[in-house]
Amino acid sequence: MPSTRITKTQEMVYEMKVGEVMTRQVITVRPDVPMSRLRGILRQNRISGLPVLDGQRLVGLISLEDFIKWLADRAEDGPIRQRMTQHLEKVSEDDPLVLAVGKFDKSGLGRLPVVDRNDPTKLLGILTKGDVIEGLLKKLEIDYQQEQIRRHRTAHVFFEDVQADRTALVLQYDVKGQDFGQAGASSSRLKQTLHRLGVGPNLVRRVAIASFEAEMNLVVFTSGGTLRAKIQPETLLLEAADSGPGIADIACALEPGYSTAPDWVRELGFGAGMGLPNIRKSCDRFEIDSALGKGTRLTASFFVNENFHDIS
Amino acid sequence: MTLADLVDALELQVRAGRARLEREVTGGYASDLLSDVIANGRPGDLWITLQKHVNTVAVASMKDLAAIVLVNGREPEEDTVRKAEAENIPVLVSRLPAFELAGRLCGLGVGRMG
Repeated sequence: MPSTRITKTQEMVYEMKVGEVMTRQVITVRPDVPMSRLRGILRQNRISGLPVLDGQRLVGLISLEDFIKWLADRAEDGPIRQRMTQHLEKVSEDDPLVLAVGKFDKSGLGRLPVVDRNDPTKLLGILTKGDVIEGLLKKLEIDYQQEQIRRHRTAHVFFEDVQADRTALVLQYDVKGQDFGQAGASSSRLKQTLHRLGVGPNLVRRVAIASFEAEMNLVVFTSGGTLRAKIQPETLLLEAADSGPGIADIACALEPGYSTAPDWVRELGFGAGMGLPNIRKSCDRFEIDSALGKGTRLTASFFVNENFHDIS
Repeated sequence: MTLADLVDALELQVRAGRARLEREVTGGYASDLLSDVIANGRPGDLWITLQKHVNTVAVASMKDLAAIVLVNGREPEEDTVRKAEAENIPVLVSRLPAFELAGRLCGLGVGRMG
C-alpha cells in the first residue's frame, strides 16, 4: 500500500551511518587456507561468512553458501581463493544505512565489507543485516530513554536541579472585573502552563476548576484582582486577591446554592452559588479571608508530591 | 453511542469539533449554571444548555465533557466556536427545547444506566 508517512525506522535508516552499527572486530581468513578448514572456522566463530584478506588487502568474501556449493560440486580441496566471491558490493563507513539496506535487498547478500572510501581494499569492518537491526533497536532504545528522561525532567528536575534553600515559581494573572469576554482566559493560560511544566493531568484539572471559579468571582463581584499560582516542590498554592467589596457572610457564601449575584449575571450562567463550594471541594486546603470594603483573599492549596509523579 | 450517531439520530447541527465526533457519549447533564456543571458534570457527558458564550467551552474542557449541545436552535457565539475548535470540544445545535432533547436522548439509551 503506498504511503507517504515516514516511520521512525525509515527516518533512522536515513540518518544513521554504516559506521555506527558495523562490527569493527572482524574475523578474517587468508586466501591460501584450504576449503576443508572453512567449516571449522565458521562454526567456531558462529558466523556464516567472512572477508578474505591477503596481507592487509581485502581480496574477497567467503561464505557458508560457497562452502555448500563446494561440497555439492564434490570438488577437490583447494585454497579459499578459488571459491571466494571476488566482485564485492562494498560500503563506506560514512554511507547512510539506507544505502546498505538497499544493497542487501538488491543482492540478497548476508554481509557487506566496510572499506575505506579512498582505498577499497582497506577493510574497516563488516556489516550484516543483524548489525543493522541491532543498531536500529539500540538507537530506538536510546531515543526512548532520552524521551523518558526528558519527560521525567519536566516534572522533577525542574525543581531538583534548582539549587536554593527555597524554590518557588510564581505565575500571576491580572483579572479584570466585569469583563465577561475575557473571563476564564487567565485560568485557561494557567492550565496550559501547568500542563507544560509536567504537572499531572488530574492535578491540573483540580487547579483549573479552582482557578476558573476564583477568576469568575473576581469578574462577577469585584472591579478586578489578581490570580496567583505559586508552585513549590511540595505544594501548589492558588491565591485570588481583590480589593473589594468583600464578603458579608463567609459562612453563607460557602453554602452550596447561596448567591448574591445579580440577575443579569445569573442569566449568563454564573452566580449559581457553587463557586466557593467547588473550589473547596477541588483543593486540599482552603482558606478565605474577607473584610467588607477592603477585599477578599482566598488561598487554595494542592499537595503536588504524588501528582508530580503522575506524568502519564 | 457516539456523537456522530446522535448527530444523525437527532438531526443536530455541528458548529465545532467535527474531528471528535467519534467520541463515545456515556451520559448527559442539563444545566445552564456553569458552576453546577463543574460540580456535577462527568467526563463523557453531553451537556445540554442554552448558554452560548465562550465560558461553556472552558467548563466542557475542564470536565472532559463529550460535547456541548445548544437547545432551541441557539447559535454559539463566534468566540465560542473559535475556542471550541482550539480546544477540540464539539459544539452542536438542536432545534428542540432542553426538555424534549433530554427525553429523546434517554429514549435512545443515552444515560447513566448505560
